[in-house]
Amino acid sequence: MIKITTPVDEKLIKSLRAGDVVHITGVIYTGRDAAHKRLCELLKRGESLPIDVKDAVIYYVGPTPAKPGRAIGSAGPTSSYRMDPYAEPLLKEGLKVMVGKGSRGEEFKQLLKKYGAVYLSAIGGAAASISETVKKCEVVTYEDLGAEAIHRLEVEDFYAIVTYDSVGGDLFEQGVAKYKRI
Amino acid sequence: MRKIELADVTAKVRSMFIDACENIPANVLERLKRAEREEQSPLGKEVIGKIIENDELAADKRLPVCQDTGVAVVMLTIGSEVVFEGDIYEAVNEGVRQAYTEGYLRKSVVKHPLDRVNTKDNTPAIVHVKIVPGDIFKVDVAPKGGGSENMSTVKMLIPADGVEGIKKLVLDTVFKAGGKPCPPVIVGIGIGGNFEKCALMAKEALFREIDDRSPDPIAAKLEDELLEEINKLGVGPMGFGGTVTCLAVKVNVFPCHIASLPVAINIQCHAARHKSCTL
Ligand code: SF4
Repeated sequence: MIKITTPVDEKLIKSLRAGDVVHITGVIYTGRDAAHKRLCELLKRGESLPIDVKDAVIYYVGPTPAKPGRAIGSAGPTSSYRMDPYAEPLLKEGLKVMVGKGSRGEEFKQLLKKYGAVYLSAIGGAAASISETVKKCEVVTYEDLGAEAIHRLEVEDFYAIVTYDSVGGDLFEQGVAKYKRI
Repeated sequence: MRKIELADVTAKVRSMFIDACENIPANVLERLKRAEREEQSPLGKEVIGKIIENDELAADKRLPVCQDTGVAVVMLTIGSEVVFEGDIYEAVNEGVRQAYTEGYLRKSVVKHPLDRVNTKDNTPAIVHVKIVPGDIFKVDVAPKGGGSENMSTVKMLIPADGVEGIKKLVLDTVFKAGGKPCPPVIVGIGIGGNFEKCALMAKEALFREIDDRSPDPIAAKLEDELLEEINKLGVGPMGFGGTVTCLAVKVNVFPCHIASLPVAINIQCHAARHKSCTL
């Protein structure tokens, strides 16, 4: 297991390999389809972003409403491929880590090589456990989007698995090749 | 004649959805524990362990197992001797509304598929009604997540495709879906009927108990063979590679046209949430 703190260390990110288990501690931002669309529109217009994405971690999640006394509701990852079209503008701004679930496009994998970034998976459906690692949660912007607003999370030992690394490693391909018998 | 109060239906639907979202059925949890023992990939084993840990924590602290608390699917089995006054669909929707707004569940339904404005209470539910003889009133509910539903498919095969054609379609569908529907999955398959009937049968197959077996010998054989073959695909827990991709295969069948072999495949993620009750 490898510990990662935010803002992330570029060298450490580049040293990660598909299949490594990591624990993230620090600040991560949430965003799904609608928030990504707005961030990319800002960049297109040459405006600055409401969050600093340099060396940052973005987690694709739309949590349930928090029960009283809890920092956040259940908060597992959503499918990442839907965010592929928005990846490059944010990588250009220095984004280094994206966390979600499921496979993504070939072009996206090439972008990770180009920008020295990684794609991690959280365990889909393990949303209650994940919520335990979130210590604080506040809305940064786009409150009108509800569960899809951009939130700033303070996390401790957030469990994730390196899925695509910055040198072309792909855990899905490697793992399936190893166990395929048909 | 037996009278059912719609207020009771609303109250039941409300409590069943909250309960379903927080509690994975005991037999699904058992099946996951067996999968954890059987999985040969060390990472896959660890992932199933984390899923079990999550499901137990959710039940213990009364939290939704998954943040995608789904579209509300409701199957009503109504005896012909049952009467009620008013709108049964509205009674169900009111239960869904209360569950999702008062039960801290996520609202994931948009009013129009193209302008996509959230209805903010997770209504409308998808309601299927079956009329049977007698005075039974049975409610089955399932919150169905988008990740696994998106990986489902319907295809009009021809009779010449036969069992081999069906198997190929199922294996292709599960393999292509990879980690997206949160495996280990349960695969519901409807074979026969027509275009819409096979899709509904695939959904009904997912409402069956995880440890039952089709009473139809041909379907039962197909369930066993497909389970074995899917688990040879190597997809594994969350798609990271492994020997457990699928927990169960459920095949429902129905007569069909001499020219047709309709097949529908509905994928269910490991968060197989389902509750059943009789009023
Ligand atoms: S596919 Fe199932 S377990 Fe995965 S995120 Fe969706 S509802 Fe949750």
